[in-house]
Amino acid sequence: MSAPKSNAPVRQGLSRRQFIGETLKTACAVGLVGLGLGLYSRRASSLPAWALRPPGALAEEDFDGACIRCGLCVRDCPYDMLHLARLGQDIPTGTPYFIAREAGCEMCEDIPCVVACPTNALDHALTDIRDADMGLAVLIDQEACIAFQGLRCEVCFNICPVRNEAISLNLQHNARSGKHALFIPVVHSEHCTGCGKCEEACILDQAAIKVLPRHLAQGKLGEHYRLGWEQKQQAGGALVAPDAEHRYNLPEGMRYDHAGEGLIDAPASAPADTPFPANPLDSLNRRGPL
Amino acid sequence: MTDYPGKTAVAEQGWLKAHRFLLLRRFNQFGVLFMFLLGPLFGAWLVTGTLSSSMTLDILPLTDPLLLTQSMLSGTWPAMTGLIGALLVLVFYAVLGGRVFCSWVCPVNLITDLAAWLRRRFDIRSGARLSRNLRWWLLGLVLAFPPLTGVMVWEYVNPVSMLHRGLIFGFGWAWLILLAVFLYDLFLVRRGWCGHLCPVGACYALIGAKSPVHVAATGRERCDDCMDCFDICPEPQVIKPALKGAAAGLGPRIASLDCTRCGRCIDVCSKDVFQLKIKS
Ligand code: SF4
Ligand code: SF4
Ligand code: SF4
Ligand code: SF4
Ligand code: SF4
Repeated sequence: MSAPKSNAPVRQGLSRRQFIGETLKTACAVGLVGLGLGLYSRRASSLPAWALRPPGALAEEDFDGACIRCGLCVRDCPYDMLHLARLGQDIPTGTPYFIAREAGCEMCEDIPCVVACPTNALDHALTDIRDADMGLAVLIDQEACIAFQGLRCEVCFNICPVRNEAISLNLQHNARSGKHALFIPVVHSEHCTGCGKCEEACILDQAAIKVLPRHLAQGKLGEHYRLGWEQKQQAGGALVAPDAEHRYNLPEGMRYDHAGEGLIDAPASAPADTPFPANPLDSLNRRGPL
Repeated sequence: MTDYPGKTAVAEQGWLKAHRFLLLRRFNQFGVLFMFLLGPLFGAWLVTGTLSSSMTLDILPLTDPLLLTQSMLSGTWPAMTGLIGALLVLVFYAVLGGRVFCSWVCPVNLITDLAAWLRRRFDIRSGARLSRNLRWWLLGLVLAFPPLTGVMVWEYVNPVSMLHRGLIFGFGWAWLILLAVFLYDLFLVRRGWCGHLCPVGACYALIGAKSPVHVAATGRERCDDCMDCFDICPEPQVIKPALKGAAAGLGPRIASLDCTRCGRCIDVCSKDVFQLKIKS
């Protein structure tokens, strides 16, 4: 009885030390594997600008954690325009994306892709497809777009599901012909959903209008900027002391009117306080020193 | 191949009886795959999605609990279909035994079983030894990534979803990962993936920890030590306590979480030692 009892702690001590050693070794190995995986995933998880997420997708960092790569959104899209990324593509493996130039989102009223998503990676809070934010269209190549050459195109304008709100046409003077108008498509960021239909439809060989992730496409005014005329309109009047009228150095009796009337001859009735007589001949015939 | 596990059983009880669980299993594995492939191949959309999450007949959602857990740990609360789907899968495997997924559903099992068969067929004995506990470490790692990095890192390499998604949506280079698993199982470690590393299997093992369905060595006194069950079993360490533990008061139930309920031990035993049982 006593022999096993005295032996037991020794054996246990050895095996415990072995156990701890083994455990530490395993922990190190697993830690290294984890490090490798983590580093690989950092490289593999960046989304290129030409790949767009389906409507309702969370911000990319959150999407990458939430999406379980099931493909249900892809299957439930009636237009079959979503794809699942494959290993070796530049897009995080297994995640859904679409390429606007190949086929844009048709902005289904019932948003079946979002409804299908089991994880809220496509946020079920999106119920109105017009609130979707897949990206932002930019008329990126004004040299190529034929509207800037004075030709009538407007295909992007006409195909836009949010026509006249997300894209409107801006009339400009055609300086080349001197007598025609340019019909310039202008995208409005607050209404564009990034569906990509404009890019898909652009008639050029390479689209002049492209949908980009919003953070790449959109500029932002400095927080401290105020536009005077807007402030004035909001306040119902000038917020600063009105400008003092500028005094021009003009010939007597003349003034320059800001209101756009140009140079004004003072009315003849004003008494002329001048050494020159009204009739130039009088001056010429005048005697005495000049 | 002069001698292989199950040879005696085939000789004494016929090929069919010595392969009945294998046949059922293959039928089930290919059946599940076929259901998923009906849509992409023939346009009959009974089931959409993948094993990660699927929708059957527009009514039955099923979601992999390990994946949904990772998604939730990254900080996003899932949609109702996801929650219900994961709950259904949890209940299903909690009752049937978690690793039933591994041997009856998971497509990677087809690859690792092939490697194991080739190892036996060509008597490939080379290889390293690894702890079978590594899978628990990996499971911990898989679950640690989403809260720590915000990224579902495991899905960048997971062979299970790579294979299933690859078959349904196209592989890209994902077949390389599966080739690696195959070669690793074939030459490096016997049953190296499913039996040592796979955290998906480890998670399902936990889910089925209290399952009433089990294999039991009910006829263990008839055992003639032919070792066929040990040779065929993907987790041979689970058999010994149940088969040889009579003196120590263990068994006859195979109690280990690791048993995949593949039924191969039942198939290959010529003495009918093993039985599939349901604990009352
Ligand atoms: S809104 Fe419709 S067209 Fe667009 S991605 Fe979703 S399902 Fe497809
Ligand atoms: S349905 Fe949701 S979880 Fe599934 S692939 Fe699409 S975005 Fe990811
Ligand atoms: S992406 Fe183009 S078509 Fe779609 S809403 Fe924006 S401007 Fe319109
Ligand atoms: S469709 Fe293309 S070329 Fe035509 S106006 Fe739009 S951007 Fe320009
Ligand atoms: S004990 Fe039997 S049922 Fe369990 S894994 Fe091994 S062979 Fe399969």
